[in-house]
Amino acid sequence: MRNKRLFQALSVASAAALVLSGCGSSDSTSDSGLPKVEMMKELGAGEGQVNVVAWAGYVENGSTDPKVDWVTGFEKETGCKVNVKVGASSDDMVALMKTGEYDVVSASGDASLRLIYGGDVAPVNTDLVPNYADIFANLKMQPWNSVDGVAYGIPHGRGANLLAYRTDIVKPAPTSWGAVFDANSPYAGKITAYDSPIYIADAALYLMKTKPELGIKYPYALDQTQFDAAMELLKQQKPLISEYWGDYLKHVAGLKAGTTVLGTTWQVNINLAKGEGTKVEGIKPVEGATGWSDTWMISSKAKNPNCAYLWMNHIASPEANAGVAEWFGEAPSNAKSCELTADKNHCATFHASDDAYWTDVYYWNTATEKCLDGRTDVKCVPYSEWATAWSSLRNS
Amino acid sequence: MLKSISTWFHNRPRVRLAALLVAPLFWLVVAYLGALASLLVTAFYTINTFTGNVIRTFNLGNFQELFTNPSYRNVVVRTLGIALSVTIICTLLALPMAFFMAKIAKPRTQKVLVALVLTPLWASYLVKIYAWRTMLEPNSGVIDWLLGPIGIHSPGFGFAGIIIGLSYLWLPYMILPIYAGFERLPNSLLDASGDLGAKNLYTLRRVVLPILFPSIVAGSMFTFSLSLGDYITATIIGGKLQMLGNVVYQNYSLNLPFAATMSMVPIAIMGIYLWAVRRTGALTSL
Repeated sequence: MRNKRLFQALSVASAAALVLSGCGSSDSTSDSGLPKVEMMKELGAGEGQVNVVAWAGYVENGSTDPKVDWVTGFEKETGCKVNVKVGASSDDMVALMKTGEYDVVSASGDASLRLIYGGDVAPVNTDLVPNYADIFANLKMQPWNSVDGVAYGIPHGRGANLLAYRTDIVKPAPTSWGAVFDANSPYAGKITAYDSPIYIADAALYLMKTKPELGIKYPYALDQTQFDAAMELLKQQKPLISEYWGDYLKHVAGLKAGTTVLGTTWQVNINLAKGEGTKVEGIKPVEGATGWSDTWMISSKAKNPNCAYLWMNHIASPEANAGVAEWFGEAPSNAKSCELTADKNHCATFHASDDAYWTDVYYWNTATEKCLDGRTDVKCVPYSEWATAWSSLRNS
Repeated sequence: MLKSISTWFHNRPRVRLAALLVAPLFWLVVAYLGALASLLVTAFYTINTFTGNVIRTFNLGNFQELFTNPSYRNVVVRTLGIALSVTIICTLLALPMAFFMAKIAKPRTQKVLVALVLTPLWASYLVKIYAWRTMLEPNSGVIDWLLGPIGIHSPGFGFAGIIIGLSYLWLPYMILPIYAGFERLPNSLLDASGDLGAKNLYTLRRVVLPILFPSIVAGSMFTFSLSLGDYITATIIGGKLQMLGNVVYQNYSLNLPFAATMSMVPIAIMGIYLWAVRRTGALTSL
């Protein structure tokens, strides 16, 4: 009798849950179609606040370091209070933007297309963003921030994923990504890799340069054979790895302690590790590198669109853009930023206007079934399968 | 006023019962079972492979992936192994500790010991695990520095590291119920057993353990289930090893339905565990 009651209660509960979940929003987006989202026509008065999803270090109001602050001035000037939510990864950011609670996001290329086709972000009216004019031309209207000639965001900054090595331990200094894939590496067990499906592109990039017979033209457009080859390489690499890093602070701690001496990194990590006295350098190997070119995008459900536009204009301004670029360790997107950095060599160090440097940097992009390199005779492996394969590799 | 309300309720026993139960029932059915049910339902959905939006159509693909992909079988077995080892280690450490606290220590020392067992629970989980990170670091960590000269080396980050870290974290949850169990065990029973000629080990096996069994089961439910669901320890001191929780964490933003499917696994394991425990009758004497 008691069990029967319990069973009834359970069935009622599950039925209720079914109904509840069924009541949620239903998506009418088709698989290939671009959702129609209206573009902002003109700017109105600020709403008093703006909710931002950003990478760590992109929105600093002086609470991390009193000298690092490009938010307080903006808040005073526009009356828009900036509420920031730090996204841990591109996947995290996509999930956050889907909630509709946030107005703007600093999306990397492996998030931007998913957001655009998911109907989560709106086209950006660049006429309402005066600082857009000063952005480097080769960052505008790129495949990861525009679709069919319509801009979906304001370029933020770019950087390459470097190969970090402890100068006092790794000798001679590495020049190739082969160092992290070499099965006979003397540093086996002390190598690290980035803990995200997007790292598959790093393996693909290495194969692109070392195994031309696979015919890889672009590391984010892999057909099944090429993809399997990349996964095979990563499986071989796994025994060499001490830890995969997702949290950049854990990575810095690993470099400092010497538990990892070689592996992929960001410039900001090298700066932080050097600041703690670690002998470490980062290079762009001969094969080139993957990298990021981030874009400020506005939510299609933005509750504070005016403040969001004001923010996008502010963060693209030479002062703020220089501040972020220097704090995070990346190349600024605004050509005028270079005169405003505290370190006058910043733009030279990070190759801000050195187009040749960026020719072999492959910015993060979202792999789709339709090959991004223009091939039409094969189907490429979409990002969701990258994610499944990565999860499977990590748990094997 | 109060009196009239109470009279009103007194005359209507059914309303009284309803008023008493509405809050806990709301919590249990809507918030607790509702969340579990929506988890169960989500496990059968799928996603749009490009945008990651959840598509609400019934589909068994996630379960197929779970059962056919050997990686996930490995992670389940590994997590079970970790949870079992942690439970066994905690039991072995907690038994003598609790025995000393309950039966040998003077009343004042006893209070101090209970407080000492509880103090680690006051510190943040993350702080404790990061402390273990510095302890376990190969070559440069505290363990290698302290014990290296006598030939003991840190196991480094990985399987052993996770077991050490989790055993450390959950030990108080095992000591406290066993301590309470020993408190309930009358000294006269131990004396009687001795008087009748039983050796120490025999007394432990035939008198102490049967009485303590429910306490050990209670403690094991904490250590086992907490270990089963943990993922932060594995992230920080697990090296490249992953546990079930990591799979859920890895998938929740990319593929929510698959994360839901994975989270059914520990629920099922705990269900089987509780059922097995119930069969032994330990739950009735808790």
